[in-house]
Amino acid sequence: MNLAETQQTTARQIPDRLTTPLVRTLKSWESLLLLVAIGIFILNSFASPYFLNAWNLSDATFNFTEKAMIALAMALLIIAGEIDLSVASIIALASTAMGLVMQAGFGTPAIVATGLVTGLLCGAFNGVLVTRLGLPSIVVTIGTMSLFRGISYIVLGDGAFRGYPSEFAWFGQGYVFWVITVELTIFAILAVIYGIVLHKTNFGRAVYAIGNNATAANFSGIRVERVKFILFLLTGLMSGLAAVCLTSRLGSTRPSIASGMELEVVTMVVLGGVSILGGSGSIPGVVIAAFVMGLVTFGLGLLNVPGIVMSIVIGALLIGVIALPRIYQNLRRK
Amino acid sequence: MKKLTKLLTTAAIATGLFAGAASAEDMRIAVVAKALGIGFFEAAAKGAEEAAAELGDVEIIYTGPTDTTAEGQIEVINSLIAQKVDAIAVSSNDTDALVPTLKKAMQRGITVISWDSGVAEEGRQMHLNPSSNPLIGNMIIKLAADELPEGGQVAILSATTTSTNQNIWIEEMNKVMGNYPGVEVVATVYGDDLADKSYREATGLMQSYPDLDAIIAPTSVGIVAAAQAVVDAGKVGEVNVTGLGLPSEMAGAIESGASKSFAIWNPIDLGYSATMIAYHLAKGDAVAEPGASIPMGRMGEVTLDETNSGAMADPFVYDASNIADFKDIF
Repeated sequence: MNLAETQQTTARQIPDRLTTPLVRTLKSWESLLLLVAIGIFILNSFASPYFLNAWNLSDATFNFTEKAMIALAMALLIIAGEIDLSVASIIALASTAMGLVMQAGFGTPAIVATGLVTGLLCGAFNGVLVTRLGLPSIVVTIGTMSLFRGISYIVLGDGAFRGYPSEFAWFGQGYVFWVITVELTIFAILAVIYGIVLHKTNFGRAVYAIGNNATAANFSGIRVERVKFILFLLTGLMSGLAAVCLTSRLGSTRPSIASGMELEVVTMVVLGGVSILGGSGSIPGVVIAAFVMGLVTFGLGLLNVPGIVMSIVIGALLIGVIALPRIYQNLRRK
Repeated sequence: MKKLTKLLTTAAIATGLFAGAASAEDMRIAVVAKALGIGFFEAAAKGAEEAAAELGDVEIIYTGPTDTTAEGQIEVINSLIAQKVDAIAVSSNDTDALVPTLKKAMQRGITVISWDSGVAEEGRQMHLNPSSNPLIGNMIIKLAADELPEGGQVAILSATTTSTNQNIWIEEMNKVMGNYPGVEVVATVYGDDLADKSYREATGLMQSYPDLDAIIAPTSVGIVAAAQAVVDAGKVGEVNVTGLGLPSEMAGAIESGASKSFAIWNPIDLGYSATMIAYHLAKGDAVAEPGASIPMGRMGEVTLDETNSGAMADPFVYDASNIADFKDIF
C-alpha cells in the first residue's frame, strides 16, 4: 500500500498533469496527434483517388504494424529512461535463427517459437549488460546492434533462407476476416495489453517513477533494476515477434532484413509523445503515431513521392509536433 | 462524426470519378529502381521515357526506395498495387523477399516483369537480362580482335580463380576463338578484383610477353588497373586494354588511348526494352512463356528460355565517340 502511494505521488508530480482533466484532455498530446491523423486522412483522400479503398488501406497497415509492435515495448523502455537501438538487429538474428530451424526440417510452431525465444534471449543479453554491469543502454545497444546483425551475416553471408512452410505465411500475409490482417490484429491486441499494463497497473506506475527519478524510485522500494530488465526482455520479445511477422511477410531471410528499422521505431515512440528523457508518455499516443506515420508514407507513396521526400516529411512532422507545444508554452509565459 | 464520414465519402467518390476519367486512356507502367539517385537507374528511366514517347499512350511512373532494401521496395510496390498500375518492371533488391508482394500484384491483374536484377520465377512473368554469357564471351574477344586484323597475342586478366561469372565468360570466349584466326591467348592471370594486385599482374604480363598486343579484363576493377599499368609502362598504342568496365571509371583510359574500346550493358537500352516488354505483355499482344518472342521496339525482340528469362542484346561498346555521353551516368 505504502509502495503504491509513493508511486502515485511521483506520477502526480509531472507538471502538465496539474491542469483540470477536461482542459488537459483537449490540450493533450494525444488529441493533437489525433487531429494530425484526421487531417492527413482527409488530405490523402482528396489527393489520391486510390486512398479510400478498404484493400488499399489494409495493405497500407503492412508499412507500420511490425515497427508498431516494437514501438509499444520501446515506449515503456524509453519512459523508464532507457533505450534499445538493437531491435532491428534482433529481428535479423531472430529471423536467421528461424531460417536455421526451418532448414533443419521443423514445422511452423517450432519456427515461431525460435523467433520469440531468440528475441527474448537478445533482450536478456541487453538487460544483463545494462542492469547488472550498470552500463548505459545507448552504448550497450549500439554494440549489440552490430553484434546481432554481425552474427546473421556470418551465418548467411550473401545467401538467403527460403522455402518457409506455407502455413507460416499466415502471420505476415494472412487475414483474420475480410481486410483485417493478422499483423494488425496482433498489434491491436498488444496495444490494449500494453495500455493496461502501463496505465492501470503498479508495474506501469513503477515505470513512470523510474523514468522520473530512478534514485527516488529505488528508495521508495521499487526494484528498479528488475523492472528495467523486464522491459528489455519485453522489447526483445516484441522484436522476436516482429521478426516472425516480417519473415513470414517476406517469405525469406537475408541478413540485411529490417535494416534501419530501429530509428523508425524510436521516431514512432517520440512522435507518440513519449519524452526521450523518460518519465512521461502514453500508449494511445504511440498507437496514433503509428497510424500517422503509416498514413503519411502510404499517402505520399500513392502520389509517387520519392522516399527521401517522405523522410523529410516525417522529420518535419516530428520536429513540428514536438516544437509546437514548447512554442505555445513560451508564448504563454510572455 | 456521421456528417464527417458522409463528407469524406462524397469527396472520395468525386475525386475518384475525376481521376478515373483522366487516366483511363493511358497505360501506366511503373519502373522500379533498386534505389533512387543511382546514375544507372536514372539512365534506365530515360530509356523508359523514350519507349513511352515512342508508344504514345503510356505513362511512366519511375520510382524506388531511398535505400537498396527489400522492405523499402515492398512499400513502393504496395503503393503501386494500390494505384492499380497496369504493369510493374522492377530491378529487385532481393530475389525472394519481393515474391509474396509481386504475387499479390499479379493476382490483381498487374503485369510483373523484372529486369537487370531478377526476381525468383514465381514472382514475375519474365525476366530481362541485359545480356547473356555467350554474347559477353564473344564480345570481349571481338573487341580485342577488331584491333588486330593481322592477329596477335592477347592475355586475360580475370578476377579470382573462383569468380563464377568471369569463368563462364572466359569459357564462352574459348568456344568462339575459332572465329578469330591468328589471335592467340598466351596467358590468363588473376588480379583477385583488387586494384593493386591487378596492376602488378598486368605489369607482369607486359614483362613476360614483350610482344603482347592486348589485355582483356572482363572485370571492372581489372580493366582500370590494367589501363593504368599500360600507361605507366609507356606502352600506350602497343598494348590495347579492353574487356568489361564502367564508363565513369574508364573515361581516363579512353582519353589516354590505353583502351580503344570496352563493353558493358547500356542502361538506357535496358530501361527502354523493359518498358516495351511490359507494354506488350500488359496489352496482351505478347505472352510470357518458354520459347516465346516478345518485341522490344528498336532493340528487336527477346526470346524466353525455360525459366522465362531472356537476354536483351550484345553488351554495348563504349569508345572515344560516345564515352563523354555516358561517363557521368554510371
